[in-house]
Amino acid sequence: MSNIERMMSAEEKKALEALIFQLADDDFLFSYRGSEWLGLAPHIEEDVASSSITQDSMGHAAMYYKLLEDLGLGKADDLAHLRPAQERKNSVLTERVNGDGYYMDTPQYDWAYTVVRSYFYTQAKRAKINSLRESSYEPLRDIAVKVSMELYYHVMHWKLWFEQLLSSTEEAKSKMVSALKLVVDDMGDLFSYGEQKELIERFDLIDSEEKIQNNWLEALRPTFEKLKLDLPIIPEPKLNGRNGQHTDELQTAIDTLSEVYRLDTATNW
Amino acid sequence: MVTMRAMTADEKMEYFMERIESGDKIQADDWMPEEYRQTLIKLISMHGISEIMGALPEKEWVPKAPSLYRKLGIMAKVQDEMGHGQLLLRVAEDLMKPYGKTRGDIMQDLFNEDLKFHNVFHMETKTWADAGLIGWLVDGAAIITQTNMLDASYGPYAKALQRICAEEVFHAQHGESIIMALAEGTKEQQAMVQDALNRWWPALLMFFGPPSKATTGASKQEATIKYRIRKNTNEELRQSFLDKYIPRILSLSLTIPDDTLHFDQEKKHWVYQQPDWTEFKNIIKNNGPKSQARLNLRRSSYENNAWVREALSAVVE
Ligand SMILES: [Fe+2]
Ligand SMILES: [Fe+2]
Repeated sequence: MSNIERMMSAEEKKALEALIFQLADDDFLFSYRGSEWLGLAPHIEEDVASSSITQDSMGHAAMYYKLLEDLGLGKADDLAHLRPAQERKNSVLTERVNGDGYYMDTPQYDWAYTVVRSYFYTQAKRAKINSLRESSYEPLRDIAVKVSMELYYHVMHWKLWFEQLLSSTEEAKSKMVSALKLVVDDMGDLFSYGEQKELIERFDLIDSEEKIQNNWLEALRPTFEKLKLDLPIIPEPKLNGRNGQHTDELQTAIDTLSEVYRLDTATNW
Repeated sequence: MVTMRAMTADEKMEYFMERIESGDKIQADDWMPEEYRQTLIKLISMHGISEIMGALPEKEWVPKAPSLYRKLGIMAKVQDEMGHGQLLLRVAEDLMKPYGKTRGDIMQDLFNEDLKFHNVFHMETKTWADAGLIGWLVDGAAIITQTNMLDASYGPYAKALQRICAEEVFHAQHGESIIMALAEGTKEQQAMVQDALNRWWPALLMFFGPPSKATTGASKQEATIKYRIRKNTNEELRQSFLDKYIPRILSLSLTIPDDTLHFDQEKKHWVYQQPDWTEFKNIIKNNGPKSQARLNLRRSSYENNAWVREALSAVVE
């Protein structure tokens, strides 16, 4: 580890950190939104199944934060809990609420939105992970191998939901179509590397934004053709989360996620 | 074909009791007395629904868990509890088949408040220490009542309990680890655990139910013992809980909020301040501190997702 670090230029390190923060924050927020559903999924079997995905995703976030800790950026738990919204690098899509209401009250979460977001997100994550298996940075290659195995099931799970709900009742279809619009609207920064794009791509840490996005579209194509849907057109980002631009929904999420940790950040919990 | 004289009702009953007294396990399709079936349905659907309602107080703390490690631990635990609910409701559904009832009916019974959930899950959680205490002591208490039924005469329930009990051991360790960290932590963290214990102590005593029918006017312990579903009485189980946990609680320098608590050497049992059994009756009638809020949450999420279940059954057809 220290050898690799020593050989790395300041520029390369900057690019590497930016990329890992994006990966870490994405999974951290995605898992959080999943965890708000615990106990409230449409049926008990689904609660158990999607809870595995939520746990795996938090596990992935923890690996990335640990990698950042190893790079000398501070304690993994501090990085996960204490960074304010404007320092976060997650995509806007992962920070969005599941629907109306706070998880501690009686929220009216939207399962259609969750299905579309989760399918698109896990499929995009897969495009990135596939590319990270060839990353120039060895610790990222190692993580990619571990994540791949679990991710295979995540994508399969959400794809099945996506196909089922879009080939079912009229009500389900119309909810899914509305959800599709909401999700696609927020996808502008999902494939973006933000300000560090040029460096991240130059050092071969991961494939180019364009290539990842294209692989994602190709992975969706058979499903969309089967359902006779047009492939989504990714808009320009209104906010770019990779550059620290976020909605208010992110700060609220961070406040909840760190409520207890912030009571005392020096102690052992 | 050999024709056999059909057994009379008395003969069937006699044969059934012989079977369970010899340790034989009854299976879902075997003949069973109506009272046995009814007792099992009530017990197992209440157990299953309590696992599911019991996920709610802990779920509140999942996002707030104060480290990545704790977040992972409590997520896994809540998932296990939902899994227990799933396992048990399937056992209950098999028993309900002759009545043409399904899981949907169990949910409706919960919403109509005909089916009750365990008294301990009507309580409020206030701090992270509550999440630890639930794992440590509520799951600890659950291990005691559930292992008491591991040899239940009804085979499918005994089988489900084996898996559940194995997982409960991890839950108790997860809870104990949270509590140990707090008890060995700062003054504030220690105060947090003590406060949680003070608030949860009466609920922990109530966990095992009233000592006898006389206390609250109803107790199903007689039928469950007669049919070899469980072995010990409520009071015996409460005493084993006190045996096991009082030394552990004291070893963490915590104070049990009961001045009268002591071990009677002659009678070989713990003497303790009785919890308020009138309050217990209120709680099990869904008038506890969080009864209605948790029922509402379950109801509203069930209704909110009705379209999904409809969509799924349309896909299957
Ligand atoms: Fe359980
Ligand atoms: Fe448990």
